[in-house]
Amino acid sequence: MHFVMMHAPLTAIEAETAARSRAAAIAVELSAAAVTFGQGERAVAALQATELRIPDGEFVALVGPSGCGKSTILKLAAGLVRPSAGVVVVGGREVAAKALRIGMAFQNPTMLPWLTIEQNVMLPLKIVEPYRSQFRRQRKASFRDKAHALLAQVGLTGFATRYPWQLSGGMLQRANLCRALIHEPRLLLLDEPFGALDQFTREELWSILQDLWLVHRPTVLLVTHDLREAGFLANRICVMSARPGRIIDDSAVAFARPRTIAMTFEPDFVALNQRLRDLITDARRAAPAPSEA
Amino acid sequence: MPRPEIRQKLASAGLIVLFFVGWEVFCVVSGMSDLILPRPSQVFVTLVQRLPVLWPHIVQTLVTTMIGFILGVALGILLGALIGVSKTAYDTVYPLLIGFSSIPKVAVVPIFVLWFGSGTVPAVLTALAICFFPIVVNIATGLATTEPELEDVLKALGASKFDILWNVGLPRTMPFFFASLKVAITYAFVGTVLAETVASNRGIGNVMMSASSNFNVPLLFAGLFILAALGVALYVAFSLIEARVTGWATRRNDLAAAA
Ligand SMILES: Nc1ncnc2c1ncn2[C@@H]1O[C@H](COP(=O)(O)OP(=O)(O)OP(=O)(O)O)[C@@H](O)[C@H]1O
Ligand SMILES: [Mg+2]
Repeated sequence: MHFVMMHAPLTAIEAETAARSRAAAIAVELSAAAVTFGQGERAVAALQATELRIPDGEFVALVGPSGCGKSTILKLAAGLVRPSAGVVVVGGREVAAKALRIGMAFQNPTMLPWLTIEQNVMLPLKIVEPYRSQFRRQRKASFRDKAHALLAQVGLTGFATRYPWQLSGGMLQRANLCRALIHEPRLLLLDEPFGALDQFTREELWSILQDLWLVHRPTVLLVTHDLREAGFLANRICVMSARPGRIIDDSAVAFARPRTIAMTFEPDFVALNQRLRDLITDARRAAPAPSEA
Repeated sequence: MPRPEIRQKLASAGLIVLFFVGWEVFCVVSGMSDLILPRPSQVFVTLVQRLPVLWPHIVQTLVTTMIGFILGVALGILLGALIGVSKTAYDTVYPLLIGFSSIPKVAVVPIFVLWFGSGTVPAVLTALAICFFPIVVNIATGLATTEPELEDVLKALGASKFDILWNVGLPRTMPFFFASLKVAITYAFVGTVLAETVASNRGIGNVMMSASSNFNVPLLFAGLFILAALGVALYVAFSLIEARVTGWATRRNDLAAAA
């Protein structure tokens, strides 16, 4: 493939994490993982036995009809939901033990209103080791610099000491992205992070996310309803069937990076979009009636 | 925009002055007996003259209120945190709490007197019993309203239950907590005076009770004025603390705490 390979200088911790996950080579692995919520009559099958292997450093987009279990896969990878059957391995270990640093962002920015933007962005550093034990000591100033650098990258210079209510929805979502990245996660889980934004902000954030990914190379799993977004950002797109979902199509996206918005209007890209659209339309049509679940 | 605010404050102050002037005029014009409704000027004179005698009682009432309030807050935080964090505890404890809170608290004073004799202890206990409930409800509500998405983000980072409680649950609860303090201090005050009236030999409640049986009506009203002043002062003090500590909550209406 013709990616522009760029590596930021690695810190000791990063090098260690990278080495460990490279040894495993697979960042996320679902083996026959199925999820059923609830029990007895009210049980809802959210996910059929699903196979998914995501090599370290890959950018995977997950698309599919609403309610098919995309968020469920994300939560499996985050260790928030246990598989009812099958196995989920993240960073070479079964989920419960946190083997990888994980960053997450949802459609709703959920900033804490009593903290400034920089404090909100620095929240993961108060929780994740090794930052956590350094937080009270002198490192705080360097953490703040780190937060400011990230905020600058997403175009929020000068808003670090504002409070969330002083920012627009799009600005909050930028800050949300920073919060997901501040602790240099090796696995980034994004659930429709740009879903509530206007077209222009969304496209701008695609480019920012691509740049960040090119520098840090985390493994990314992105859930989205926007097929252009999937095509623009991902190396690989997985399409899911209707609920209870499974992966019905898994294809590589080979466009050169860095990709540009203009590329999304070229014939190859449009053809990819069209193919994904058809797959999802068929999946929706084939959906069983809700009562048969 | 300070202008409408100032006008508002002037209007409130004016209304209070008008109320006393109206009362004075009414007494003078109607020739109302002192034994039924003394003139406010009379009451103020009594208040100033008797202040040295009244002072220990004021202190007594205040101290009793504060002790009952502090104990009530401690108990309220404990119970509120318990039922706010654990769904099981919530389901188990809540019916009992509701039952307890719906008992009119005057009814428990005789029981406290029976157990502890008349005096400070029943007053403290009455204040406690009456003021802890709003704290429990507000703490529990505050803790229970954490956004599930934020909780997911933090859990994925490996946050423990305590991390989430410390970084998100507790700060989010603060506006609810301080709003409930304001209510609780008022309740504690009511409880104290109630118990003093029924069974004590000290405190403003008791002063008013004996003034009433001696037909010392100006002193009775002086007691009432003191209670009003103390009640307002306590409420204002806790409102100011609330505004300082949880100013962020008033910027966003959807987070405004329920009193
Ligand atoms: N905690 C839960 N309890 C019960 N059922 C759930 C729970 N979470 C999800 N489900 C069900 O599982 C199914 C899949 O949910 P999921 O959130 O993974 O869908 P999704 O693909 O992310 O949908 P959308 O695109 O609309 O976000 C849905 O039918 C949903 O009703
Ligand atoms: Mg979803």
